[in-house]
Amino acid sequence: MSGLSDKTLGKRLIDSPLLSILVFCLFIAGWEGAVRFFEVPKIVLPTPSAIAWSFWHGFDDDNLQWHLAVTMYEIVAGFVAGAASGLLLGFVIALSPLLERIFYPYVVAFQTIPKVAVAPIVVIWFGYGVASKVVITATIAFFPVLANTIVGLRSAPHDQIEMLVTYTASRAQVFRMVRLPQALPYIFVGLDVAIVLSVIGAIVGEFVGAKAGLGYLILQKNFNFDMAGTFAILILLSVVGVGLHWLIGLAQRRIVFWLDMSGNRVMGA
Amino acid sequence: MSQGASQKIVPMIPPNSAATLLRIAGLEKIYKAKDGIDVQALQDINLDIADGEFVSIVGPSGCGKSTLLKILAGTLERSSGTVAMRGQSLNGPSRELGVVFQAPVLLPWRTVLQNVMVPIEVQKHDRARSTAKAKELLAMVGLGGFESKYPNELSGGMQQRVGICRALVHDPSFLLMDEPFGALDAMTRETMNGELQRIWSESRKTIMLVTHSIPEAVYLADRVVVMTPRPGRIVDVIAIDLPRPRRLAMQNTPEFGRFVAAIRRHFSSEGVLDA
Ligand SMILES: Nc1ncnc2c1ncn2[C@@H]1O[C@H](COP(=O)(O)OP(=O)(O)OP(=O)(O)O)[C@@H](O)[C@H]1O
Ligand SMILES: [Mg+2]
Repeated sequence: MSGLSDKTLGKRLIDSPLLSILVFCLFIAGWEGAVRFFEVPKIVLPTPSAIAWSFWHGFDDDNLQWHLAVTMYEIVAGFVAGAASGLLLGFVIALSPLLERIFYPYVVAFQTIPKVAVAPIVVIWFGYGVASKVVITATIAFFPVLANTIVGLRSAPHDQIEMLVTYTASRAQVFRMVRLPQALPYIFVGLDVAIVLSVIGAIVGEFVGAKAGLGYLILQKNFNFDMAGTFAILILLSVVGVGLHWLIGLAQRRIVFWLDMSGNRVMGA
Repeated sequence: MSQGASQKIVPMIPPNSAATLLRIAGLEKIYKAKDGIDVQALQDINLDIADGEFVSIVGPSGCGKSTLLKILAGTLERSSGTVAMRGQSLNGPSRELGVVFQAPVLLPWRTVLQNVMVPIEVQKHDRARSTAKAKELLAMVGLGGFESKYPNELSGGMQQRVGICRALVHDPSFLLMDEPFGALDAMTRETMNGELQRIWSESRKTIMLVTHSIPEAVYLADRVVVMTPRPGRIVDVIAIDLPRPRRLAMQNTPEFGRFVAAIRRHFSSEGVLDA
């Protein structure tokens, strides 16, 4: 960690974000150069500088921050609703084999329906406002959390449960002291998948019919053949997705601290 | 030869007959296997253990020692036979029991101290008093100062010692130990043997110790139970009437050597490798 470590410059470069920033800059420069050199029409592929310009002016001309706020709200609200119900049903199913036999086949059947195909119905039911987007996002975020919660709650090693039972632990104590902590890494995998899917869910909802949001804006820009503007929003969306994924990762490292605690990786692995 | 050994009559009442703590009669365990070939892990186990007695169990790998301990710990169902503790049939885990498992089985999200405190939490004993006790025990096994470390920061032998503290923290009257010192070096092992002898003589706990080391079994026990595999059964119970307290130097005496040889003979005559 400190300057005392005997890491070579090469290794330190690999560990720092410098390398990926460098690659990014080279990529952007190559893109800009290639589009200008080959005179690619901007309706096909805009230059990075045009995208940046469009992005910069988007805040004044298109009220980009408002659309961003709407989409963010849909993503977060849908994610929270979907993840919470996935967790809840996951707990119920993992604890009761009977309820699993009753409900799980329907859950899987529901999951196999493409949410994109359901979106128009949801929009008709819940309207063109944010409510329909929240619902669509929630249905998409729900399943990965549910599936991982069930697997996680069943992943506790037999010998850990046996150890607790030997000390006369009750079912509730076994759940709290072993099953739940063992499930957390799985639950975080589910949350991570769910948050990324939530971004998709919100945009799909807006594509079907909306009055605001980044998806709505993309449709408008596309309609006007404004490729640079479309690209600017796409980049903004991926920044949103990466940021949310990073937040989940941050919480995961805090809460499931014991998994990558030692920091001593196996050499050659 | 082996016939003679297996037909030797196992004394039902221990020689230093105090009150019987545990009575095992006709105990059998058959594991149902997925491949259809069931395993008879224990066959006709009969053993009485007196209150305050120290019993060692030796036997080659796979002869059912862990199986026996799990049944006594109340987490594994027996196929037939009876197990009674103070005359009461044993039908599950007991608060009087402390168990050291063959693997340490620590919870990775708990610190060393929190791991030791598991029985206290489960059984809702007084926390403040037990914390002091837990720290005392950790110091005794040479882990003072490691209270706030996590299990994956410890060596295998250190983890096993945490498991030993966890088995003792709620002051159980009956201690089941499955290979507790297997992961320790010879020197630490001797120290731990000394501590175990001291704990036993001071607290008058009943201890059942599974070990692969015949000298260790003889050194610590009032009686050594000898088991052989396929099917797992008791072939001999040898009373060790060496005077107490025992010192390490005792291991070099001819009497000690005779006990070790008597036990070892069972394994060579059964054609089983000495563990
Ligand atoms: N869960 C299980 N399912 C099926 N068979 C088992 C199971 N546990 C143990 N056995 C079988 O029971 C026999 C006794 O196993 P046990 O673990 O009691 O042996 P052991 O004497 O403790 O051996 P070791 O000294 O290697 O720990 C073995 O033959 C093993 O294959
Ligand atoms: Mg064993």
